[in-house]
Amino acid sequence: MSAASEPRYAVADRAPWRLSELLLRWETILVGLLIVVFAVNIRLSPYFLDAYNLSDATFNFSETAILALGMALLIIVRDIDLSIAATIAVASLAMGEAAQAGAPTPLLIVIGLGVGIVCGAFNGLLVTRFALPSIVVTIGTMSLYRGIAQVVLGDQALTTYPASFQAIGQGYLWHGLFPISFGVFLALALGFAIVLHRTTIGRRIFAIGANPTAALFSGVNVDGIRFWLFVLSGLLAGLAAVLLTGRIGSTRPNIALGFELQAVTMVVFGGVAISGGAGTILGVVLAVFTLGYTTFGLSLINVPGIVISILNGALLIVSIAGPTLVKRLMGRKA
Amino acid sequence: MSRLFANRDFALAAIVLALVLLIGARSPVFLSAGSVVGVLTDTSFLFMLTLAQMGIILTRGIDLSVAANVGLVGMVSALASRAHPDAPIILIVVMAIGLGALLGAVNGALISGFSIPPIVVTLGTLSIYRGAIFLIAGGEWLTSKDMTPAFLAFPALNILGVPILIVIAALVSVGFWVLFGHTRIGRALYAVGGNPVAARYCGVDLGRQQFFVHTLAGAVSGLCGFLWVSRYGIAYSDIAQGYELTIIAACVIGGVSIAGGIGSVAGALLGALFLGVVVNALPVINVSPFWQMLISGAVILAAVVVNARGSRREGKIILREARQKAAQGSAA
Repeated sequence: MSAASEPRYAVADRAPWRLSELLLRWETILVGLLIVVFAVNIRLSPYFLDAYNLSDATFNFSETAILALGMALLIIVRDIDLSIAATIAVASLAMGEAAQAGAPTPLLIVIGLGVGIVCGAFNGLLVTRFALPSIVVTIGTMSLYRGIAQVVLGDQALTTYPASFQAIGQGYLWHGLFPISFGVFLALALGFAIVLHRTTIGRRIFAIGANPTAALFSGVNVDGIRFWLFVLSGLLAGLAAVLLTGRIGSTRPNIALGFELQAVTMVVFGGVAISGGAGTILGVVLAVFTLGYTTFGLSLINVPGIVISILNGALLIVSIAGPTLVKRLMGRKA
Repeated sequence: MSRLFANRDFALAAIVLALVLLIGARSPVFLSAGSVVGVLTDTSFLFMLTLAQMGIILTRGIDLSVAANVGLVGMVSALASRAHPDAPIILIVVMAIGLGALLGAVNGALISGFSIPPIVVTLGTLSIYRGAIFLIAGGEWLTSKDMTPAFLAFPALNILGVPILIVIAALVSVGFWVLFGHTRIGRALYAVGGNPVAARYCGVDLGRQQFFVHTLAGAVSGLCGFLWVSRYGIAYSDIAQGYELTIIAACVIGGVSIAGGIGSVAGALLGALFLGVVVNALPVINVSPFWQMLISGAVILAAVVVNARGSRREGKIILREARQKAAQGSAA
């Protein structure tokens, strides 16, 4: 034991395990898992290891992955946004109505992003101004936003969109290989990683998550940052709405149903602590690939989606219970 | 303090009553005995599940898997009824409660055993239980012709003219009222929610309380699962999908604090009743049922804002000043 080199009094503002070590290990585990997923899938289906298939598979998870980036930051500051899927519905509705009125593609994009920002700002305002728990507020706004889509659309669908708008959600960046939505996700992930891990804003975000009161007394504008993170989350939902609406070319009231829980799963599986203050964008990105390619591989061999969701649920629990279990077993041996 | 909460419940009761009378003024049929019984019967699931969820929220937890539990137990009950048409109905009820409790106990064990946040565990088991419905039934839909007459007749039973669903919901409510307000277990739930550290020093263990409330909520969900399927005469993988959020909404409207330790049985029941009245009233006053979600969303938000105002405490002036300074500092 190197007790002498340890500080005499540990400041117990955090769980006693070493954060950096565990996180390092978690991303390593995810890389290992991703390799296993690829290896198993290659064995199970001869169609898996195909550049076009692998690239087209990203269509199915890029939109939720974009949502997960914003969700990761919110969860790091101990908040959550369950209204993002409903925000997609409202944004998609607004774009659909505008498209029917003959709005051109650039205007549609502005409308989609704008509605997302408004929805996010409303969440942020309620959470920070009234000091309300974000989980309750966003369950409420989820109901409200999706309710708006339901009232306006009823059992109808909007299906008139300009071709150039649909091309955004369906198009490729390079010779039918690199979907635009995937490129958007990767670019955003890089940006988020830099901001979160290399700037003072990122450091402040971690400070808020680790201890909001201490952060406040250190001069961090806690509520201001939280507000803007909600706006960001709404903006990303607007962006996801643009991509998703363009991809499927229609708007129904139940569009993107359940996306919020998928995004939360990606974030938590990526090693972001649900109690806040810890997590990396790399972990979230690895989780996106692991979950995305598990789903894709299983659907290639005709496993129904609902069965895949069992696996995703189990993966979520095991991924969090596993490290605790291992540590406990090791502790008993020692 | 207790007077404050009593007042809040009173205010909510007045709002619900006013709402009912308002709807009744527009269409008097809503106030008929048959309609009132119908509303209560429809809302009976929500009454029971809201109280079960309240127990969990009191301990600062949340259970997103209750509706999936309802669906899974409902499907198993329907399959059991088809496989053993001669089995007495009471046996199926006991099986449903037991299986529900087991599913709840799995949540409770994962939460307390591994110290995983309840929202994460139940998010996971939500997918697992939902998927399990599909697996055990092989994707099949069970309709009323797969169920025995006794199975289907159960929810239509009466006790002295009162539908059995209302009777069961009333009994369960009384049970929760006694448990939360008049037993040591109930006090322990409020204690861990109010201050887990202080509760621990008093010998109340958070993990044990979490395990208990999740198992209890599971048992109630199991009971509701059987009742749900026998009432609607159909079982498929999406039964009660999304209902978990309605249940949480009822808790929030009823004044159960998501931060734990605050809430009353009367409040939770009124929260559930409010949503039940809204859902049932829309068709009566010729409003499209598509409005339901929007209205419940608006009501949830109004309820939390009102709650936050009501529970604002003195004595945080230092913090507020610091907050203002921080805001000014960043603006400068």
